[in-house]
Amino acid sequence: MPQETRPNGTAAAYVRTTPPAPVAPPMAGLGPLRWIRDNLFSSVSNSLLTVLVIALIAWVIPPLIQFLVIDAVWSGTDREACLATPARPEVGACWAFVREWFSFFIYGPYPVAQRWRVDVFFALLAFGIGWLLWLDAPRRDLGALFFFVILPVVSVALLRGFPPIGLPVVETALWGGLLVTLVVAAVGIVVSLPIGILLALGRRSDMPAVRLISVLFIELVRGVPLITVLFMASVMLPLFVPPAWSPDKLVRALVGIALFSSAYMAEVVRAGLQSIAKGQYEAADALGLGYWTGLRFVVLPQALKVTIPNIVNSAIALFKDTTLVFIVGIFDFLRTIEIARGDPVWATPVTSVTGYAFAAMVYFVICHSMSRYASGVERRLGAGDRR
Amino acid sequence: MNDAIGIGEGADAAPEAPYAVEIVDLHKWYGDFHVLNDVNLRVARGERIVICGPSGSGKSTLLRCVNALETYQRGQVIVDGVLLTHDLKRIDEVRREVGMVFQHFNLFPHLTVMENCTLAPIHVRKMPRKEAEAIAVHYLTRVRIPEQANKYPAQLSGGQQQRVAIARALCMNPKIMMFDEPTSALDPEMVKEVLDTMVALALDGMTMLVVTHEMGFAREVANRMVFMDEGQIIEINAPQPFFSSPQHERTRAFLGQILAR
Repeated sequence: MPQETRPNGTAAAYVRTTPPAPVAPPMAGLGPLRWIRDNLFSSVSNSLLTVLVIALIAWVIPPLIQFLVIDAVWSGTDREACLATPARPEVGACWAFVREWFSFFIYGPYPVAQRWRVDVFFALLAFGIGWLLWLDAPRRDLGALFFFVILPVVSVALLRGFPPIGLPVVETALWGGLLVTLVVAAVGIVVSLPIGILLALGRRSDMPAVRLISVLFIELVRGVPLITVLFMASVMLPLFVPPAWSPDKLVRALVGIALFSSAYMAEVVRAGLQSIAKGQYEAADALGLGYWTGLRFVVLPQALKVTIPNIVNSAIALFKDTTLVFIVGIFDFLRTIEIARGDPVWATPVTSVTGYAFAAMVYFVICHSMSRYASGVERRLGAGDRR
Repeated sequence: MNDAIGIGEGADAAPEAPYAVEIVDLHKWYGDFHVLNDVNLRVARGERIVICGPSGSGKSTLLRCVNALETYQRGQVIVDGVLLTHDLKRIDEVRREVGMVFQHFNLFPHLTVMENCTLAPIHVRKMPRKEAEAIAVHYLTRVRIPEQANKYPAQLSGGQQQRVAIARALCMNPKIMMFDEPTSALDPEMVKEVLDTMVALALDGMTMLVVTHEMGFAREVANRMVFMDEGQIIEINAPQPFFSSPQHERTRAFLGQILAR
C-alpha cells in the first residue's frame, strides 16, 4: 500500500490497521532446467569447463568400470583363471587373487587359530570409535573411558596374548595386514591427542622453560621427515640401550609415530586455543576456577570442538603415513599386498594392478569416511553457531 | 528457599579487615604508558562506588587490578584483608570472594545457563551439585529469569545474558561485586532490566564497585562517585555534590558532555 503524498510534498500520517497476509515467494529460480542453466552454463567459461569435465568423466569412468567390474575375474584357484586366452583376450581385475589372499591382507601372518582375537579387537575398536564419534551418544564420558583406558589394555591382552587366561602369546613380528595399519593409526591418533594438547598448552605457557621445551620439540619434529623418526626409533635406539631393554620393534615404531604426530596435533590444538576469546579465560579466572579447572571445563571443550575437523584431517594424514612402517620391517596392509603380488601362483599381468586397486579402495573408504565425518561435524558446528 | 544464601550476607561477614578493598599508591604501566598513576581508594564494607571517566582513563584497569586480572608494578591492592601478590593461591582465594560482571557478559557458550551458574560453586567451592543448583535457581529467580535455566547463552537476549552473568557471579556468594561497564554492550531497551537488577543488589547491601556511564543509576545507588582521567583519580565525592557542584574543571567538562546527551 503506497503512502499518500500531499500536494505540498509532506508525507501524510499513516497507521497500518490490518497485518498484510504472507505471500509465497516468486516461482522463478525453481526447477532442474533452471538449476542447470544457473550452475553449469551460467557463462562461457563455465560452459566450457562443464563440457570439459563431462568429457573427462566419459574418458575415465567407462574403462575403469570395464576393468574393475565387467572384465574382472571373480573366482579361480590360480593364475590360470586370470590369464588372457583366445576366447577372452581382455582380462580385467583378478579379484580371485584378492579373495585367495584376503585373510592375509587383514591379519598378515597372525596364526590362523588365533585370528578370532583380531576379529574381537576389530569389533571393540569399531564400537569404541562409534561411541566416541557419535556426538549425541549417551554417556560419552563412559565412551571415552572405554576408548582411552579399557580398550588399550584389553587390546594388548587380546592381540599380544595373556597366558593366565588361556590366550597364548603372539609375537608382534607375526602381526600384519590391516590389523597393523589400524593398530598403528589408532595408537598414533589416540596417544598424539593428549600429548599434543599438553605441547600446545606448553607453547602458550607463561613459564619460559616449559615454552622453550615445547617449541623445541614441536619445531624439531616438524622439521624432520617421518621416515627419519622411524629410522631413529628402530635403528638408532637399539644402539644406545642394551638389547635386553630394547623394546619390541612394533612398539618402537608406535612411539616414533605417536611422537611425530603429537607435534602436528599440538599445532592443530594451538589454533583451537587461539580461537577462544580472551573474555572466556578472564571469566574463568574471575570465578576463581584456577588454571586446570578452567582449562578442563571452559577452554578445552570449546577449543577441541572447533578443532575436530582439523584433528580428523591430521588423523587422515597419519593413517596414510602409517604405510611408512614397512621400511623398518613391519607388515602393514600395503606391505602384505606387496608380498602377495609376488606370489608365483598368481603371477599374471593384472595381479599387481588388482592388488594396488584393492589397496586404493580400502584406503579411500577409510580416509573418505573420516573426511565425511569431519565435514558433518563442521556443518553441525556451523549450525550451532547460527543458532 | 534457603535463608542462608541471602544476597547481603557478604557485607556483614568477616569483621577482621577494616575495608573491603584498599588500594594504596597504585601504579601500573603498559610499556612506557602510565595507565594507573598513584591511585588511592578505600572501599568500606557495604559501600557502593561508581567510577566514571573518559575512555582510556584507567577505570577498567583499576577494577581488573582488584581481582588480579591485571598485575601492577607499584603500590598495594588489599582485598578483604588479603594483599594481592604473585602468589597464585592467594589470587584464587581473592577471586572467589570477588564477583565480576563484564561488558561483554563472557558467559560460557557451550554450557547452559544452569551449568554456567553451577560450574564454579561445584568445582571451586566443592559444593554438591544439588545444593549448587538450588542456589543457582535462587539467584536466577532474583534476576528474574529462572525459566531460562536450560537454555544456552546464545538463545538469550543481551539483557538476559547480562543478568545470567550477574547470577553466575552471585552464585559464588561473593563479598564484593564488580561491574565493568555492564550496560555498554546492550541495546538501549535492555539497559533498564540490568540496572534494575543492580539496584536490587545494592539495596541488599552488597559492596559494589561499578564502572558505568549510567548517571541515573549512579545518583540512585552510589555512596561515593569516583572520577578518573589519565590514570589518576581526579575527584571523589558523594553523588549529590558530585553532580551539582563538581570541584575539578575536568569533572565539570566530563559531566557536561555526558549529561548533555
